[in-house]
Amino acid sequence: MFLYTIRRVLYAIPIALAVSLVCFMLVHIAPGDPIDAILPPDASAETVAMVRKDYGLDKPLPVQFGLWLAHVVQGDFGLSLANRRPVLNEMKVAAGRTFLLASSAALLGFVIGSVLGGLAGAFRGSFIDRMAVGFAVAGISVPHYWLGMVFVIIFSVVLGWLPAIGAGPGDWAWNWLHIRHLILPAVTLSVIPAGLVTRTVRGVVVEILSQDFITTLRGKGLRHLMLALHVIKNAAPTSIAVMGLQLGYLMGGSILVETVFAWPGTGMLLNQAIFQRDIPVLQGTTLVLAMIFVTLNLTVDLIQTALDPRIRRA
Amino acid sequence: MSEHLVRARQLTVRFAQGKSFIHAVNGVDFDLHEREVLCILGESGSGKSVTLRALMRLNPPSKTIMSGELEVGGHDVVAASEPQMSALRGAFVSMIFQDPMTSLDPVFTIGAQITETILRHERIERSEARKRALNLLDLVQIPAARRRLDSYPHELSGGLRQRAMIAIALSCRPKLLLADEPTTALDASVQIQILFLLREIQQEMGMGMIFVTHDLGVAGEIADRIAVMYAGRFIEEGPVEDLMQAPLHPYARGLLGATVHEGSRGSRLVTIPGAPPDLRHLPDACAFAPRCGEMEGICLEGLPALRSPAPGRAARCVHVTDRASVTPAVDAADAPTRRVSNGAR
Repeated sequence: MFLYTIRRVLYAIPIALAVSLVCFMLVHIAPGDPIDAILPPDASAETVAMVRKDYGLDKPLPVQFGLWLAHVVQGDFGLSLANRRPVLNEMKVAAGRTFLLASSAALLGFVIGSVLGGLAGAFRGSFIDRMAVGFAVAGISVPHYWLGMVFVIIFSVVLGWLPAIGAGPGDWAWNWLHIRHLILPAVTLSVIPAGLVTRTVRGVVVEILSQDFITTLRGKGLRHLMLALHVIKNAAPTSIAVMGLQLGYLMGGSILVETVFAWPGTGMLLNQAIFQRDIPVLQGTTLVLAMIFVTLNLTVDLIQTALDPRIRRA
Repeated sequence: MSEHLVRARQLTVRFAQGKSFIHAVNGVDFDLHEREVLCILGESGSGKSVTLRALMRLNPPSKTIMSGELEVGGHDVVAASEPQMSALRGAFVSMIFQDPMTSLDPVFTIGAQITETILRHERIERSEARKRALNLLDLVQIPAARRRLDSYPHELSGGLRQRAMIAIALSCRPKLLLADEPTTALDASVQIQILFLLREIQQEMGMGMIFVTHDLGVAGEIADRIAVMYAGRFIEEGPVEDLMQAPLHPYARGLLGATVHEGSRGSRLVTIPGAPPDLRHLPDACAFAPRCGEMEGICLEGLPALRSPAPGRAARCVHVTDRASVTPAVDAADAPTRRVSNGAR
């Protein structure tokens, strides 16, 4: 198990390199010159050339990549083109906020999904099963930015219960003032993972319950909780894999929801960086999000290996 | 006191399928006495496994309709509540399943699967249960038992898994052991080992056993009495040697003729023509008649009654001469000769 862990961590390194290369390339393939975003349209050619040199944008792309990577490895993501602040600091704050939102949404979605999916699978064909399947389909199909707007209209505009935008004043703190801001975006963001997890868990549970060993367990006199324990342990590897991937998507994929609720996370940071052609922020944020995804995948793999003796290796 | 481990009278099991019913078991009568081994012989779809599962009420609960009388260890299985049934399962009666590859939970160790059964039915310490599990693995002759206790099913060979399965079934010292083709999924050489092991343990622990198989050779090896099943009915029943030497029912003769055994050496194997009947639309007559070489008009005029030409033997065929008359075969099976013939083997 220990060697397996080491090996998997080593495998992650080339993936990280490839990801950073792709991030870098994509930003440069995209149309638009970052200089246009910084300088006024009537800037002289000399000024443009000077600024371009200043930012190192005049060097060949492979050199630019090499320099950028060398700095990134040392934790230096450069300065934002838009506001001259260190990209790392910007990302830290934003990533913290996104993590807060994503993990709240994940927790909510996974709990709802596991419970609903488990019950639906255990009572297949029943009323609760049809409800759960309906919920799952709706959860997966409804565009979440649209759902976010509907929530804003209902809970902020009409009822006036919860704030519509932002993450509360100043730094985050665990008090009602701030938590109020978290509720709507977290619920909105949790709908997709809740639906997906419901469907996955339901499918896995149905499949497990149809297996021969369930009859063996019933034949031993096991019922209810003792039987559920077996089903849960068998369902865990697949379900956790799906949840891990979902957490990854939530960390990186909440751009739309963050924009709808003006939640100051990585999604909004990326959104702004794209519109301002803020290349250092764009590259840094994309890389960090990709690395979070890789790390989550790795963690999921390791957990899965620990849970399922059949995939355990030397 | 209950000398019958099992008492079935007109046991019927139907499965609801859409709007129609599959008539899997259609009025089965039999008794099983303590320490007795009954083999239910039949081809796939004859209702033998369903009969066996009915004894523990393990057929899928939502689709199964059970009627008639069925007592296991003095408990009314047809009427018992689910908690009552689950208290019986694994304790008084337990089952060994056909495929040891799929019948064990893949993510629990062998030891855990044994101890949980013990802890389900008995109030003892976990360490005590684990000790018993170790003894059980020794009992079923699993080498390096202490190490195997922490093995997962996929780490064991088929034969070892089936031994582990048997250990689970024996974990609460059941009075009645049900075996659903326990050797079918195994290599021929392993089959005979498992068979002898089962026979040995059955005699050592004094259990009654019902053994379901389609393999005549297996039945001859382990049974005291054989019941041949066809289309959900016992069509012949008798002591193992009598039945194997001189089967009464044409179907039982057909089975014997289609199997390689000592008597058949040198002669040609004969297959039974046709296929088993559709269990959704069973005729109100001898279900074997359409495939039977000895069919007469009378065979189609209603279900043949059980006829007994000699004590302990019975068959549902109009060609069998009835000597013992009304006496049901099940009671006549108590004849003392049965034990003697059994011991001589």
